[in-house]
Amino acid sequence: MDDQSLPARHGQLLRLTTAGSVDDGKSTLIGRLLADCGALTRDQMETLTAARPNGEDHIDFARVTDGLSAEREQGITIDVAYRYFSTPQRAFILADVPGHEQYTRNMVTGASNAHAALFLVDVRHGMTRQTRRHATIAALLGIKKAVFAINKMDLVDYRRESFAEAKAALQAFCAKLPFSRVHYLPVSAKMGDNVVHGSQAMAWYDGASLLEILEGLSAGEEGLDLPFRLPIQLAAWPQDTAAPDFRGYMGRIASGRVAIGDRVRISPGARESRVASIGGPDGPLGAAVTGQSVTVTLTDQVDAGRGHMLAAADAPPREAREIRAIVCWLDDAPQDPRAPYLLRTGTVAVPVRIEAPDYLIDIDTLDRVGGDRPLAANDIGAVSIRLKDDIAFDAFGDNPATGAFIIIDSRTNATVAAGMIGHEILG
Amino acid sequence: MSLQADDRREAPTDGLERTSVARPEHLESLESEAIYILREVGAQFERPTLLFSGGKDSAVVLHLAVKAFAPGPMPFTLLHIDTGHNYPEVLAFRDEAAAQARAKLIVRKVEDSITAGRVVLKHPGESRNAHQSVTLLDAIEEFRLDACIGGARRDEEKARAKERVFSFRDSFGGWEPRRQRPELWNLYQGRVDAGEHMRVFPLSDWTEADIWRYISRQGIALPPLYFAHDREVVERGELLVPVHPLIPLKDGESPVRRRVRFRTIGDITCTCPVASNAATPEEVLAETLAAELSERGATRLDDTVSEVAMERRKLSGYF
Repeated sequence: MDDQSLPARHGQLLRLTTAGSVDDGKSTLIGRLLADCGALTRDQMETLTAARPNGEDHIDFARVTDGLSAEREQGITIDVAYRYFSTPQRAFILADVPGHEQYTRNMVTGASNAHAALFLVDVRHGMTRQTRRHATIAALLGIKKAVFAINKMDLVDYRRESFAEAKAALQAFCAKLPFSRVHYLPVSAKMGDNVVHGSQAMAWYDGASLLEILEGLSAGEEGLDLPFRLPIQLAAWPQDTAAPDFRGYMGRIASGRVAIGDRVRISPGARESRVASIGGPDGPLGAAVTGQSVTVTLTDQVDAGRGHMLAAADAPPREAREIRAIVCWLDDAPQDPRAPYLLRTGTVAVPVRIEAPDYLIDIDTLDRVGGDRPLAANDIGAVSIRLKDDIAFDAFGDNPATGAFIIIDSRTNATVAAGMIGHEILG
Repeated sequence: MSLQADDRREAPTDGLERTSVARPEHLESLESEAIYILREVGAQFERPTLLFSGGKDSAVVLHLAVKAFAPGPMPFTLLHIDTGHNYPEVLAFRDEAAAQARAKLIVRKVEDSITAGRVVLKHPGESRNAHQSVTLLDAIEEFRLDACIGGARRDEEKARAKERVFSFRDSFGGWEPRRQRPELWNLYQGRVDAGEHMRVFPLSDWTEADIWRYISRQGIALPPLYFAHDREVVERGELLVPVHPLIPLKDGESPVRRRVRFRTIGDITCTCPVASNAATPEEVLAETLAAELSERGATRLDDTVSEVAMERRKLSGYF
């Protein structure tokens, strides 16, 4: 799992989520990363220096991630703040998740759109309960690439043994998680060692700096080799255009690829047709791939619309009116087995009943613990869900884009839970 | 100078460039994401509108919205909240762009809110920027709008960095950080009750450089003020303040003629141009990549007043 080879992946956007508490130096690391990449402008740098009360010329990088005044006043933390920076190699979007409170909810939200997770570890503490939780949640959400920045090396005199000790503990735990690639590196966010530049104080470390590791991670290829899936957002029947016969199905390709002539199934259901044309943002295309927004026409007149999915006919999605899933409860109000919830996946929303959980997952140990009580905020549990209508889906482990869902309380319109179809996600 | 093929500038000492480099896959991915978001608005709401000021970000959103629904008509009206302090070139562009998109343009004026007593200015010269919120919320009520699409980006400012793509607003129109819905995967959740609405930001993940790359690549028309022109200004600290009847000169200030462009265009009383020779989108992009100051830091008279100024305005219903 340890992989120091770093193939160049030019230009692909990397969505990264970070976790760790202020005590681990996460804010300082983010500030240092942005500043050393040149992503902070002069006026932004000035706000970091101007705020120092004692007049030192030291720049407080941690202030980059300062909260809003509303957060301070209301005693809350908004779950995710987004930061943007780039290098000649690629652009990055960093979803910065506060680590200390509501950690499960925040991590789930930040991780749901990330290609990779960056974990901050204090070298003096090594593996902590919080790190175990963060890593587990990232793995649960399907993140395959993890980077552990073992921080505060300056406080242990940059000793190789301290790094090795912390790394060994992390490795032992990560062996239980389905990451496909894990990096460990020693850094000092405060002093800048191995963040963007190398480290003179740690000449014994001959691996890549944090930025080099991030630049080398592959991203955006996850869905390409999976079967074609296009949840239909809208069916277009323009009344007044130059193309009156036009019947277009609009959507963003969730996985796989599609070409003119491909046989597709309209799911749920057994109807099939062929792709007659594919319209992209700049005009007709012969083929299209994951991530592209397209308008597809078919060779047959079929009754399809929002809530249907166009899918590869030879590898169609599953259909069911009852599913089992891992659910993370997000709302402050606990699960109410009689409440009128809606399940939203892809572009479909269906009324559902959610039974009391079969079991909860102890996020510290990955053990199953007794169910028999409704899910409450930050709980993760396995549930059975009954749906009013059939839906088309894949198991999350097979295809995250068509196996993820949210639960909405139709009385309050709140998004109360996030879920992943299937029970064997961590297996 | 064309930078489209390769945005590299001379490398700073650390060998890294400070802003992003255009790769087709990145910009295309942002475009597809924005189109996906706009189609979700078209599908989930009954009376959506696109907030259109004629500024560069809203011009990009309009361009994307037209593409998203082609060859059919775009299902959004356009709404402009006019402070009465807009440059005539921008208003002319606004009308032309709306006509070209074959969109219905609704204009509501802060002046009318003042006449009706809904807005009370502290003094006649006060900036009307923050007061737009009142006129906007009145328009939302008048037309029973359930979604307002805006061009705000998360890279602009700290409060924006925490903004959702689908941002829930209660019946008072305020942004309540506590009541924001968790936003997972690409499952944008737009359910609202009567009187509530959603603000939607399809350009959330775009940076200023991405905007200019896209304008350049797609040939999107903009008001001429975005490109270098000669203008009377006074130097006030680091800002170049335009000379205009609405902005009184301070003692000892004397106007000079400078070659400038606007990096962002809002109310006349609160946006300043920057010194520039950039006459094309490509040249603006080159300057953007090299810029030392952030977009707002360089140009906004209002946000420099306080670090939390934007956040305060958002809480009371600002864009």
